[in-house]
Amino acid sequence: MMNYAEKQVAIRGIGQSAVSRPAKDSALRLTVDACLAAIADAGLKPSDIDGVMSYPGAADNATGFSPVGVHDVRLALGLQPTWYCSTALESAGQMSAFFVAIQALAARTVKNVLLFRTTGEASARARAKGAMAWGGSDCQVFGMWQYAVPYGSVSPAPWYAMYATRYMHEFGLTPEQLGSVAVHARKMAGLNPNAIYRDPITIEDYLASRMITTPLRMFDCDVPVDGSTAFVLSRCDEAGDGPNPLIRIEAIGSRFETGGLRQPTDMTSFGAEAAANMMWSRTDLKPGDVDVAQIYDGFSILTLHWLEALGFCGKGEAGAFVEKGERIGLDGELPMNTSGGQLSAGRLHGFGHTYEACLQLLGRGGARQVDAPEVAVTCNGAYGLGCMLLTKG
Amino acid sequence: MFEKIPALDPDNSAFWTSGKNNELRICHCPQCQTYQHPPLPVCPQCGHLEVEYKPVSGKAEVVSYTVNWQPWAPNQKVPFVLAVVELAEQKGVWLMTNIVDCEPEEVSIGMKVSVRFENQDDIWLPVFRPEVNA
Repeated sequence: MMNYAEKQVAIRGIGQSAVSRPAKDSALRLTVDACLAAIADAGLKPSDIDGVMSYPGAADNATGFSPVGVHDVRLALGLQPTWYCSTALESAGQMSAFFVAIQALAARTVKNVLLFRTTGEASARARAKGAMAWGGSDCQVFGMWQYAVPYGSVSPAPWYAMYATRYMHEFGLTPEQLGSVAVHARKMAGLNPNAIYRDPITIEDYLASRMITTPLRMFDCDVPVDGSTAFVLSRCDEAGDGPNPLIRIEAIGSRFETGGLRQPTDMTSFGAEAAANMMWSRTDLKPGDVDVAQIYDGFSILTLHWLEALGFCGKGEAGAFVEKGERIGLDGELPMNTSGGQLSAGRLHGFGHTYEACLQLLGRGGARQVDAPEVAVTCNGAYGLGCMLLTKG
Repeated sequence: MFEKIPALDPDNSAFWTSGKNNELRICHCPQCQTYQHPPLPVCPQCGHLEVEYKPVSGKAEVVSYTVNWQPWAPNQKVPFVLAVVELAEQKGVWLMTNIVDCEPEEVSIGMKVSVRFENQDDIWLPVFRPEVNA
């Protein structure tokens, strides 16, 4: 196997702030907490950090989508980086921040990259109902938004609901099967002290929950939170003396496809398969080698798409795969979303999934620890698509 | 639906204003004879550098839909039906739209629909209703 850039890079340290809705602390304070935790976890000091990376950069607006950028962190931590970058929405999703950092590390442009993502969406909602609506505060809409916003599609929820409707139509997915993703997430969140919603729900609770946009119910939609997640990445050949076993980046995959708003061609998937195929083409490992999976769950339907895309089950089979949650439980064939995911632990927007993948590989999962995992997969996105295979060692 | 309206430019004007004459015009390549939506100033299929905006029948079929019950902004009226419809003229030419003039529970995948327009300022928003005498 070729020595791809990602194989030269490792995650050395991880950190996460308190996650709440809304937080008492500022978004920058939460970010500082996460970043300092990650730097300390890597056995480093802030002065060792020469690169800062984030997604999608500071969005200084009312949405809370990204209230903190790399400049804020540089100032708050007194960093003196020589290299910094934020990937934009026009990238391979949240994970694009990792992909760009990997390139810079492999090229020896930088040595120790601090990489973070902060969301302030709970505070934004507390300030103003509708704060997260698409289209901004202008009375006109531009670009691709013009083909959605005038029709009332000012949230991704009805957009992906249409994917769920079509998937149900073609493959006979039942509400009980879709709901199994949410019930499982809540079960896992009960074992995660930093999760937002920890009380278990039953499939009956799910079916009785408020319809948001058919067929998606309240429990099918992720939970806006205030929180921050951070990582420190270095080259494997320069990261040998840290306190943690290295988490190696075995393979990455991405796909440039904007399902939904612009010329969708298939409403039963959204390009994740191509991202997954790229990832599998860069490793000798197979889906059967994965010990724990953190599968994106901005909406429950996306989890089903990714499970199929990553090859854990066939097309149209993901509903049966997750039904009743046995296969995806801690003792199942594919322990999945062990933190509770975005549906129950909170919308850390992809970074929570990668954090949990690392936590599991490091054996720090506490009550939700999977038995000695060595291979983890994490994937992000719907609008931008990225996935990574991580290994311990 | 409306609230916010598209800002007109040379590429999108024909689509958003043709309803003034009660017709739906879709971006079309005069060279390879394919439609595309949303409009682009060139044809990505064959590379032709000119496009035209050709009137279509306004007939379409529902590819998928959702009945939206949650208001996402303070003044948003619910429920409404958001849908993707495929134009009769060409497979794969899909529009995001609203299905109107029927009860939300009457909407289904494969349903035949036809266009009508809702006007606000200089915009004629194409929406679709169940085709009568189907």
